[in-house]
Amino acid sequence: MSTTMRINGKAFQSSSAPNARLLDVLRNECDLKGTKEGCGEGECGACAVLVNGRLVNSCLVPLGQMERAEITTVEGLPEDSALAQAFVQCGATQCGICTPGMMLAATALLAEYANPTLEEIRWGLSGNLCRCTGYGRIYAAIAQVAGGFADV
Amino acid sequence: MSDWIRPRHLPEALEILATAPGPYRVISGGTDLMVECHLAPERRPESWLDISGLRELQGLQITEEGIRIGAATSLEAIRRHAEVVAHWPMLAASAAVTGAPPIQNRATLGGNVCNASPAADNAPTLLAYGARLEIVHHHGSRWLPYGDFHLGYRKTALQPGELLSALWIPYPPKHSRGYFRKVGTRAAQAIAKVSIAALIEVNSDGIIQSAHFGMASVAATPCALPSVSQYLLGRALCDIADMQVRQKVKQDIAPIQDIRSTTAYRLEIASRLVLEAIHKRSESKKEN
Repeated sequence: MSTTMRINGKAFQSSSAPNARLLDVLRNECDLKGTKEGCGEGECGACAVLVNGRLVNSCLVPLGQMERAEITTVEGLPEDSALAQAFVQCGATQCGICTPGMMLAATALLAEYANPTLEEIRWGLSGNLCRCTGYGRIYAAIAQVAGGFADV
Repeated sequence: MSDWIRPRHLPEALEILATAPGPYRVISGGTDLMVECHLAPERRPESWLDISGLRELQGLQITEEGIRIGAATSLEAIRRHAEVVAHWPMLAASAAVTGAPPIQNRATLGGNVCNASPAADNAPTLLAYGARLEIVHHHGSRWLPYGDFHLGYRKTALQPGELLSALWIPYPPKHSRGYFRKVGTRAAQAIAKVSIAALIEVNSDGIIQSAHFGMASVAATPCALPSVSQYLLGRALCDIADMQVRQKVKQDIAPIQDIRSTTAYRLEIASRLVLEAIHKRSESKKEN
């Protein structure tokens, strides 16, 4: 049994067991090490990816549900995007473990709210833990991409 | 190699469950099961019945009496549904405090109920609204009031071969107000220390016509508060003795001490939440 999906725009066929975690398929089979494992319990968001445009924790997604899915990891985001630049300019990354998940959460958020309020940014990132930055700089980076915080 | 079956139609799934009820583990969003498998790989099931592809279990439909929510509908879809927000705001609120967006994108309402955690975020809401469950098996279906579903710690009324197909929630009485509040360590991703949903109907004379409560993390199962409800029924709002309410709360719940909280804290907070539900009765949102 194999599962065929598109990962960062390219077709990929996995022969892992259907109950394998998408996280392990991405890291070990596809060698996409940008997706991190933090807690392995869906608490921290370090493993967050987009599946069909929706933010999910890849540690909680069984491969068996990924047939024909479109998956985006941090490697699939544009390299020198406004979001990446804003993360650098705002100092939104320190140790870097949470950064891929944060960037995907930000991508999902900005796809829905082009001009989010601070509350919407906090909500969009509420499934992602960062133990370095205190979040403020990450919120600032996202606001910068959106042209500033929206007025409430 | 594990066995993974993802049927497209409900009858097919029910036949599989009927012919081999024991070994198949039902999975949908996986947000609880995948954690269990990770923490206890030695207990990982070999055979999986993936119900996430069943159309019959998806979506929300307005009915004459209320709303039917397919058991495999995501909390994200529920939280955003305009009718849910308008008529069942406590459900929109409890769905919105279940984990965080990446969890809500996958987790299902049926899964939250069937996982049967005493801390289940949507359980108080479903109890307060008087939800009933549509349970199906190979040969037919049955109804069960949600209040009769949890038989003991992590033990439900689902029989082998049965599947929870939908949750039906009636419209709240006209003059009722809802109150929902989850108390946790932080706003996002917390497991409840205590949570409450209350639906209280008061007439123009200030007399309580009905009072339904649901609480989580205060007993071995999510629970209603029958003594409190009985005390309030027919009583004028101005005649409520807070000490009496506290006594009744104590009769109705059996909180334990665990890593998240103590028995004394839970008892005190449960009483305060019940009193707040009675006296404030505002449609409240997520709060911690």
